[in-house]
Amino acid sequence: MSQVSTTDTRIYIETPEGADLPLDPAGVGPRMVAHLVDWVIKAAVFFVLFLILIFVFGWSSADFGIGLFFIVLFLIVWFYPVYFEVWRNGATPGKKYAGILVVNDDGTPVTFAGSLTRNLLRFVDAFTVVVFLWGMPVAGGYSVGFISAISNARFKRLGDLAAGTIVIYSHVENPKPTIDVNGKHPIPGFFTTDDQRAVLAFAERSKALSLDRQQELADVLKPVLKEQDTVKVLHQMANTLVGRSGKTEKGKNL
Amino acid sequence: MKQAQFEKLYAAQWQRFENLLNEVEASSSMNVSPDLASFSQLYRKICHFHSLAKERQYSSYLVDSLGELIVRGHQLLYRSKAGLRHKFLQFFLRDFPELVRKEWRLFWLATALFYVPGLVLFICILLKPEVVYTMMDPSQVYMFEEMYNPDNRVLGEARESETNWLMFGYYIWNNISVAFRTFATGIIWGLGSLFFLIYNSLIFGAVSGHLVNVGYTDTFFTFVIAHGSFELTAIAIAGAAGLKLGGAVLAPGNRTRLDALKTATQPAIALVYGVVAMLVIAAFVEAFWSSNNSLHAWQKYSVGTLLWFIVVVYLGFAGKKKT
Repeated sequence: MSQVSTTDTRIYIETPEGADLPLDPAGVGPRMVAHLVDWVIKAAVFFVLFLILIFVFGWSSADFGIGLFFIVLFLIVWFYPVYFEVWRNGATPGKKYAGILVVNDDGTPVTFAGSLTRNLLRFVDAFTVVVFLWGMPVAGGYSVGFISAISNARFKRLGDLAAGTIVIYSHVENPKPTIDVNGKHPIPGFFTTDDQRAVLAFAERSKALSLDRQQELADVLKPVLKEQDTVKVLHQMANTLVGRSGKTEKGKNL
Repeated sequence: MKQAQFEKLYAAQWQRFENLLNEVEASSSMNVSPDLASFSQLYRKICHFHSLAKERQYSSYLVDSLGELIVRGHQLLYRSKAGLRHKFLQFFLRDFPELVRKEWRLFWLATALFYVPGLVLFICILLKPEVVYTMMDPSQVYMFEEMYNPDNRVLGEARESETNWLMFGYYIWNNISVAFRTFATGIIWGLGSLFFLIYNSLIFGAVSGHLVNVGYTDTFFTFVIAHGSFELTAIAIAGAAGLKLGGAVLAPGNRTRLDALKTATQPAIALVYGVVAMLVIAAFVEAFWSSNNSLHAWQKYSVGTLLWFIVVVYLGFAGKKKT
């Protein structure tokens, strides 16, 4: 069973302990970064192997070496992600860099069958589709996977749908906002946990927003807050939210 | 209870659990800390705290911090231990052939798709030799002729073993990749598997038909008969696995399409394990036996027939329960 949050993409999986496991599905952006990093690593490995092939076996009697090269090529092309996902905590080096990992739908570590399925089906997800926009051909790799990922709430490509896997952020997003406004303000009792999250997110992102935009966003709450300076009140509420929690020096993990 | 009070009372336990998580995540083996005995107990407590904090509408910052702890704990606690390794023998001696028999409809459908088009083209080419050029261009035809031209063979001489290794690696890379593609593209309503089965069938039919026409029958069939047993059957099974996915998407029955697809994936991926094993055997036979020219044709044909017999008996009867 899972419930759907209304303010973000977070999903909750009910565990045998009755707890709601919060998982943050990773979208197309970080997965592209991960793919790019993995691609560079694989290319580098091939390059080094190629050099070894030439210098150790030489050109003339390289047959054994080339045979070996084909086997390594096979293993890397098809099993590089499987190895890392199953035996290295769900993340290839690229995914680790992007801060994401693969898990089963129920939040447990991905199984061998699940990982193999999603990585074999990668061949289909990686299909390049050429579309004509105003007569201009536009080609995109991973078109099938992209269309599939933006068509469901959990950003699953076909491989994930078939294998019952999901790519999530390896840490629940929980930044401790640095807020310039002093003072605290009590949180109204009717603010749900989701609402509080929105308040924290607002305080965290304020620095990137113009004052006018901050005002515009904060004024949405004017009817319920009944305060004049809504921006300041929201920041003070964020102070309350953060200030109350236990350990604060690390900024993360309690 | 006020949040500050709640935190003051229990923060020590959260910290202890977090330390435990860090320790276990960093080490590969599970027996690191004497504290580990209390892992699951502590985990359940944290789950409880998380639910309480959520229910009491404590700050989202606290709820999410506890949430992260249980996500990490869940990952460690529910790790499935029984890998493929433990069931390896059982799978290949019993489960895989049993599965192929269970999916006999798809197996025979894929086999028909893989043999019939090629056979039809084979007969067409025997009747009208120029039909071969509808499938391949002249340079490809010439390449295949050169490959199986008896005059190009060094008779009575086995190939260098190094070259055998080269070809072994190449067959692993090429054949298993073909099988994987045949399987994976099945998810597109079965169309991809259909395409790869029929396309490879036509190529095979065209090449064999043409080589019979130019009279290279012996060099060609002595080469393909032995490894063909494992290779062709494995590709057909990969096609069947792909069609299994496609079938689930096309006709999910009274399930949702997604649910049907997930259910179909489990037997399909198990079929792929078997396909990989069969293709490794095929690559070995192809590289080290099929290519050996020092053997007589009758030796090639009899061993080839034996291998076909083994494949049929294995898939037909291995692991069958006595009734």
